[in-house]
This record gives sequence, structure tokens and C-alpha cells, in this order.
Amino acid sequence: MARINRRKFLKLSGAGAVAANTGAGLAAIFASGRAPAYAQATSLHWLRWADFVPASDKLLKEKIVPQCEKALGIKLNIEMINANDLQARTTAAIQSGTGPDIIDLLGTWPQLYADSVVDVSDVAEEIGKAQGGYYETQRVLASVGSKWIGVPWAVGGGLVTYRKSWLAEAGAEKFPETWDEYRAIGKKLKAAGHPYGQTAGHTFGDAPGWWYPYLWSWGGKEVEPDGKTVVLNSRETIESVKLAVALWKETMDEGGLSWDDSSNNRAFLSGTISATNNGASIYLEAKKKPDSYLTESGKPMKDDILHARIPKGPGGQFALGGGFTDMLMSYSKNQKPAKDFLRWIHSRAVFEEWFTSQQGFTSGATMEWEEDPVWSVDPVLRPFKDLPRIGRLEGFAGSPNRKAAEVKTKYIIVDMYAKAIQGMAAEETVKWAHDELVKIYA
Amino acid sequence: MTYTTVASPSVYAGSPKRGPITRLLEDERWLAMTLLLPTVALLGLFIAYPFIEGVRLAVTDAKVGIPGHFVGLQNFEKIWNDDIFHVAVWNTCVYTAVATVFKLVLGLWLALLLNHNFKGKAFTRAFILLPFIIPTVLSTLAWKWMFDPTFSVINWMLFRLGLIHSRINWLGDPNLALISVIIVNVWRGLPFYAISLLAGLQTISPELHEAAAIDGARAWQRFRHVTWPLLLPVTLVIVLFSVIQTFADFQLVYVLTGGGPANATQLFATYAYQLGIGTGLLSEGATISLAVFPVLLLVVIVQLLYIRRVETH
Repeated sequence: MARINRRKFLKLSGAGAVAANTGAGLAAIFASGRAPAYAQATSLHWLRWADFVPASDKLLKEKIVPQCEKALGIKLNIEMINANDLQARTTAAIQSGTGPDIIDLLGTWPQLYADSVVDVSDVAEEIGKAQGGYYETQRVLASVGSKWIGVPWAVGGGLVTYRKSWLAEAGAEKFPETWDEYRAIGKKLKAAGHPYGQTAGHTFGDAPGWWYPYLWSWGGKEVEPDGKTVVLNSRETIESVKLAVALWKETMDEGGLSWDDSSNNRAFLSGTISATNNGASIYLEAKKKPDSYLTESGKPMKDDILHARIPKGPGGQFALGGGFTDMLMSYSKNQKPAKDFLRWIHSRAVFEEWFTSQQGFTSGATMEWEEDPVWSVDPVLRPFKDLPRIGRLEGFAGSPNRKAAEVKTKYIIVDMYAKAIQGMAAEETVKWAHDELVKIYA
Repeated sequence: MTYTTVASPSVYAGSPKRGPITRLLEDERWLAMTLLLPTVALLGLFIAYPFIEGVRLAVTDAKVGIPGHFVGLQNFEKIWNDDIFHVAVWNTCVYTAVATVFKLVLGLWLALLLNHNFKGKAFTRAFILLPFIIPTVLSTLAWKWMFDPTFSVINWMLFRLGLIHSRINWLGDPNLALISVIIVNVWRGLPFYAISLLAGLQTISPELHEAAAIDGARAWQRFRHVTWPLLLPVTLVIVLFSVIQTFADFQLVYVLTGGGPANATQLFATYAYQLGIGTGLLSEGATISLAVFPVLLLVVIVQLLYIRRVETH
């Protein structure tokens, strides 16, 4: 009996395919190294953080994925990981030249990987134009010069979540608008066993989210607009540090030096603290489980929660304008489908589904979303609507570039306050931070 | 008397033809090299290559996605003048030294206890290994809860026992934070010491102890003059492994404090990660990682020399 080896089999079956079809057969397919178009289902890998609003992740997986396949013929593989791990994954993907086609990164991170992504100016400008224009902070985060290194997805900012009944008991009908009021009310709150709570630890979200806007509110800044001259060591910064120490002792939960991004959520929901700067996740959790999170009088805590901007200082009133940016990686073999996907997922009709599921946890990256009906659903979340308008970015008054990212990653601004809280003189700790910045910006 | 005929070389000469590879492997030098090849390949791939790549990165200005150019020792000069790096060096030395001493003393004590016969001995020995078996990230998360400034079960117990009147800020106080991470490291590393030293203890012949006891040696004297000298070579090897592991520890501190507050628990590995991954400065991250190398090399050389001396005596 004649033996048929693998090579012979392929040859014969290739000939069979030629006979059966009008195509060039397996030999040609092998030569081209690609499956025939009719057999290909383009698949895209989209890496994102695991959302603080689980309903949004559920929507993406259960609804958006099938919709994408139907609309674009693209099999979408969405991977959600802890935000802390995004940078490690991105670094590994870039260095090895293989990994997710699109990565949704937070804050200033896109600036670190600007050389490893594709120019998506066409998509970003098209979306921006169609949806009322991007907020300036989002444009800055997602571009280098005139080149768009990503398409802005949404803005996640922080407001102070507070217990209105406790503040009322301390004599505040609304959240304090100046640092003096904040201090006076805070003293009463702490005396009553309801301190404010903020982290001064090494945690990537809440620590910079509080301390950078606090610094800016005093008029302190890292560098001049030239992006080179370090000016952190100023009268304004020193004043801000002095008050921070007083606020910490007189008004805050002093355990905050070791808090991570979820500690203030737990402390608030357990009734330990009266106010904390955060996204809307605390309120959304209290709303989701009204029977679990109760006030001391047994009523649902969600009905006792409001949101407000952090107090104004001599320098103004700000929030850290962190956004989410979708970056198309240059190693991706699916450039065309990936751009089609970005255009589709950022389009009004599709994005709106996701945006609605957020219930106000994030704001849109373009101004048109301020008018979305989602803001009229729940008045407690309405203050988040135009939060991006007071957004400012790390590295102010320069740009949020790699140097600014290094300052942030080394927690120099956060540690400037943490060191003072631990007992170092304000002048000394500001000088330390200033010198560190000089080394980085050199 | 029957003799078994032994095949003469001429028998082999007539056997089926041997291929060139077989002929080559009949040479012991080639055979040895072939047998070593998988090990060499593994060592090259997982140890030599990353090490060389680390050295290459450390002398460039490479960033994520940017190969970079040769900059000589510029990165080493930069970290030499970096205050946070100085703090990390100090913290790592304190962390390693204190944790190693406690792990050794407690591990030895535990091993001596486990070396006795008692009911449930096998179960206890297996149970002791738990901290070593549980993935570090999981067990550290549990410790994070126990040290939580608001919900600490340790504080709750101390408070209930009337030992404290205000809560202890385990991870928020800079000194306590370093002590806390050391406590967790000792807890995790203790089983390794205990079980390894127990294995060493079981190789010591009971007759030696009996002879010493007959000569009138008390328990401490038996330990000092019989157990300890015989256990010393094993102990030194264990300490060597442990020092290397502790010096390069990452997960535990990353999960517990992220190097905070204000770098009070910053170690070599966490700072290298912060720069290399967090800031995309691969070259500086690699430089910090490489800075550990001379220190560890020195530790290894000193200990290996000492082990050789102990063994020859």
C-alpha cells in the first residue's frame, strides 16, 4: 500500500481545493501566509482597566462585543485588569512587540508611550468635531504637538463626597468653599468623631487626585510655562504645606498616611469619615446597596450623600483632569480594523450606551456630553457634569510630559506633604521636593 | 564449572552500523557536553540573557519603546545622587538584616521544637509550611487588612485587652511601617528556615547527643557543642538563599505600602519598578536593579568562603 505522508497529503488536498473552488488552493494560501478573506474573522484585543462601575464592564462584554461583530465583523476581545497593572502590561507589550491592539490608559500615562503608538489624528479630530470639541486637558493628554497619540475616551475626576447631615450638625449647610471654612467645620467634625479622610500614601489615584489640586488652589506650581524652570519652592507652596499639617491634625483621619485608593471608600461607607475627595464610586456603591450602607439612624446612607468641589484657595479651584485615552499600538497587525473600531466605539450612538451605564462616574471627553440626559437622572451626581472644566494636569504650568510623569510616579508632591505631616518643617520639605524636581527637569 | 562467555569487541564490530552521532557520543567529553546542554540553555535563557540585557540597559538611556543610546555610567551617577535611592538602600539593608536575624532565631527555635516526638507531629510540620505555600500577594493582602488603620484586627484585640487606648498606625507611621513589613517578611520566611533546619537536625545522629548526655552535658551544652557545629553548614546555606531573596523582595512591600509613606518602606525592587515601569525609564530601573548585584555578590563570596572554611574544619 502506498504511503501518503503529510506533505503529499497537503499537495493532494490543495489540488482538490483547486478543483473544488475557483481559488488558488491551499498552496497559494500557504504561500501568502494568510487565511482567505472569507474565512477570516478579524479579531481585536482591547485592554482596559477593571471599572469601578461593574455595570459598565458587563455592558461592554455582553452587549458591545456582539454589536461590534454585527456592525464591523470584528471579533472583539476585551480584557479588563486592575488599573495598577496597566503600565506593566503596556511596557511588556511594547518591548516584546506583541499584545493588545488598543490600550485604554489613564491620566498622563499615554505620554510615556507616545513613540509606540499610531497617529490617530484623523479619528480623534473627526470625533471631536462631531461631539462639540474636546476639553483642553483631554486634547493635551492625548496628543504630542499636533499629532494625536490616542482618542480621548472619558474623564474621571474627583469631587468631595460628604455626609450632609454630619456637616449640618457642624454648622455647614453646604460644603465649605474656602480652606478657612473647611478647617473650621473640620475641627468640629473631628471633635464629634467624624473627621475628613484623605490619603497621603503611595497610591496612584486618590493621593495625586487630592494633593495636586490642593497645591494649585494655593497658587503653587511645579514649573514655569517653559516646562524647564522649577518654581515649586515658593511662598504659596510653603503656605499650602503649613496648612496641610494643621488640617491633618485638626480635621482629618490620621490613618490616611497609609491609605490606598479603596481605603477612603471603606472608611466612608463604614461611617468612619465624613468627607473625602473621590470619584462617584462611594455614592454608587451606597446606592446599589441601600440596605447594607446605613446611617446611624438606620436610613440608607445614599440619601445622606452629596458631592462638592474641593475648596477654593488664593490660586483658584481645581480638579486633577485625569482622562482615559484609547491608544492604537504601532505593533498591531490590525491597523485598519482598529481604526474602524475606534471610530465606531467613540461614535455618539455606541459611546452613549456605555456613558449611560456609568451613571455619572465619568464625564465625557467632549463638551457635548454635558447635555446628556444622564445628568438629569440623579441630582446627586450632577456636580460631576462639568468637572472637566476645572481640570488641570500634572506638570503645571508646563505640559504633562515624561518629566511630569516621573514627578508623579515618584510621589514627590504627595511626599512633600506626607513628610511635613510626619514632622519635617514646611520650608525643609518644600526644598526637598523642589530639589528633586530640579534633578528630574535638568 | 561453567563460564559465561563475554562478548569480545569483535562482536560489536559486526553489529548494525552506528551513526556519526552515536560515534561522537561515545567520546565522554562530547557526551558530557551534550548532557549539559539543556542546563546551559536554560541558564543562558533565564539567567545570563536577562542579566546581560540588564547591563546593556543600564548603560543606555533606553525608555519604553525607545532603544536609547550608550551613555556610559551616567545612570549610575544619577542614582548615586538620588536621595530616594539612598533611602531605598538603607531600608533594604535594615529590612534584610533584621528580617534575616529574626527568621534564623525563630526558625531554629521552631525546628528544635518540631524535632521532638509529639502527637500530631506530621500534621504540625505540614501546617507550619502554610505561610510559605500561600501565594505572597494573597497572604500580604490579609496582612494589609490586619494593619488597616481603621479596621485593624490587631488594634481591636489590643484595645479589647486594654493594652492600648488609641489605635496604632501600623503602616502610616514611618518607623512602624518598616517594622510592619519586616514582621510580614519574617512570618512568610519562617517556614523555610524551620523546615530546612529541621532537615539538618535530623541528619545529626542521636548517638552523639546520648554520648554527650552520658558525659554530663546539659541541654544547652549539647546544643552549643554538638547540634550547632553540625548544623552550621546547612544554616549558612539557608541564610545565603534567604538574604538573596529578602534583598530582592518586591511583592510584599508593593502590596502593603507601595514604598510609602514618604518612601519609609521603599526598597531596591520597588524603586526599580517605580522608575522602570511607572515612569518608563527602563535604563534607570535596570541600573537600580543592577546596583544590588555587587552587594549580593559580596554576601555570596563571604558566605561561600565561610562555608568552605567550616566544612574543611
